[in-house]
Amino acid sequence: MSDDSMMAKEEVDLSRRKFLTAATVATGAVGAAFTLVPFIASWKPSERARALGAPLEIDLSKLEPGQMITQSWRKQPIYVVKRTPEAVAKLGSHEASLKDPQSGASDQPDYAKNQARSLTPEVLVLYAACTHLGCLPKQYFTQADPAMGADWPGGFFCPCHGSRFDLAGRVFNGSPASTNLRVPPYSFKNDSLLIIGIDANEQGAA
Amino acid sequence: MAVSSDKHPAKGGFRAWLNKRLPVDEFIDSQLIGYFAPKNFNIWYFFGSLALLVFVIQILSGIFLTMHYKPSELMAFDSVEYIMREVEWGWLIRYMHSTGASFFFIMVYLHMFRAMMYGSYREPRELLWILGMLLYLALMAEAFMGYVLPWGNMSYWGAQVIVNLFGTIPVIGPAIVEWIRGDYGIADSTLNRFFALHVIALPFAIAFLILMHLVALRQTGSNNPDGIEIKAKLNQDGKPIDGIPFHPYYTIKDLVGVGVFLIFFCGVIFFVPTFGGLFLEKPNFEAANELSTPEHIAPVWYFTAFYAMLRAVPDQQLGALLMLLAIVVLFFLPWLDRSPVKSIRYKGILSKIALTLFVISFVVLSYLGLMPASDLYVILARIFTAIYFAYFILMPWYTSIEKTKPAPERVTYHE
Repeated sequence: MSDDSMMAKEEVDLSRRKFLTAATVATGAVGAAFTLVPFIASWKPSERARALGAPLEIDLSKLEPGQMITQSWRKQPIYVVKRTPEAVAKLGSHEASLKDPQSGASDQPDYAKNQARSLTPEVLVLYAACTHLGCLPKQYFTQADPAMGADWPGGFFCPCHGSRFDLAGRVFNGSPASTNLRVPPYSFKNDSLLIIGIDANEQGAA
Repeated sequence: MAVSSDKHPAKGGFRAWLNKRLPVDEFIDSQLIGYFAPKNFNIWYFFGSLALLVFVIQILSGIFLTMHYKPSELMAFDSVEYIMREVEWGWLIRYMHSTGASFFFIMVYLHMFRAMMYGSYREPRELLWILGMLLYLALMAEAFMGYVLPWGNMSYWGAQVIVNLFGTIPVIGPAIVEWIRGDYGIADSTLNRFFALHVIALPFAIAFLILMHLVALRQTGSNNPDGIEIKAKLNQDGKPIDGIPFHPYYTIKDLVGVGVFLIFFCGVIFFVPTFGGLFLEKPNFEAANELSTPEHIAPVWYFTAFYAMLRAVPDQQLGALLMLLAIVVLFFLPWLDRSPVKSIRYKGILSKIALTLFVISFVVLSYLGLMPASDLYVILARIFTAIYFAYFILMPWYTSIEKTKPAPERVTYHE
């Protein structure tokens, strides 16, 4: 009798067993969740990929107004142009003939969503790839360049399919491209040191 | 136990030895001979087993492709050309695999259409339908990643476009895209992980889902063109009066289907392996080039209906959402259909018109998605996207108000 009642009592205490089961399952689940971390994290860019894609510093002190340099960042060519004050002043003159003068449909950081499409009026930074099919537009910076016509304000011309862009990378009407040249994230470390890959508003964090 | 010992008396010998240790005969008896399928199956009932056949073809040809293929940015394109030109019979194995991908979708689309026509998704087969939809999703992922592997220019830019779709997710989108690629662009890391998913992870998932799909089918039993439950009328043995054993009746019938299938399949492999650029796109015979986008980017034909929907919306975020919804809405089909009958044979005129329009919209959208996005095509894509969604959104309405014919008590043969 006493043995039986002991057994019965042990079996009756189900809440204890339930709690232990639940606690074991919960602990196991937490462990399993943590085990997932290395597998999921292994998909992130590796150290090598991160090193190769690190922000790119470009010294602009030797770049004269009216000149352009091409650099490669994350496998994409980048154009850096120092615009002359006259070129900057002309940017407002031809907006009627642009497809997207306010850059509403185009791809750029917020701080470059302005008439000059740049942080500072002088320096223009663009992804070189044409927004049409990825060819590299050529520089035609001279105003009224004979090849481009008398009212040409200076800009870029894509030799592949004839898209034309002004000196802010904005596309002209009649071009096969429908949006302006893209602007990468960038900022300035000081007056002449440009950094591609760090947003102007993240400067402090980097 | 009882079944196998009745039909296969233990006489000793290898078979008896085997059955004592592995229930081979019991499995055949209960799952193939003992499984009663409706006797009125028609031509539409070939495509499930044919989809399974294509899966086997893909696995076998795929195993042999991995023996020569190199999943690296620098070697992938060349290794595929190597398979095509220098590996003995390599061209055949590769064309089997590339043609198999398109035939997989042809079989699956016809199989899904059959289910929509005869109400095979209706209660009690909702889960069977959902498992099938999950299979369709897994197949889409499998096909997309397989398409990236040859590392042609369309592979590269297709991957670019599809992976960037995840970038439209608010807030976390850009981080997810970077995580999927494992780099700041489509890169070696992306190719390498797509290879792993394409040859290991997704085939396992698909095989598991196929198994679940078949187990669920055995549980509910097959639907039929009349959309009535044959289990409602049983004979004295407890078997459906209108059912016949799956084996040998339908295994033999399916073999005829296999024969016809192979005629078409081999015809494509031997005479038109690229199918005019539909099965293997022309820009993909050029190596991936991050500086040059193909003239116009279009996915392979089996995704173009959804691609047309994406392009029909001026906002990329909404477009991606719409494309996702076009697939998600299919999952809800079992609960959208309120008709008292399952099969299109007994549904009213509205359901017949709706299904016809749906098929037309899917075909037209597939065509539009292949074409460059000119103004006219975008307008047409909008119209047919609306029709596509109307089929689902209006379904609770038109299936409940229309006049239906009474479904028969027993299956019929008239067609």
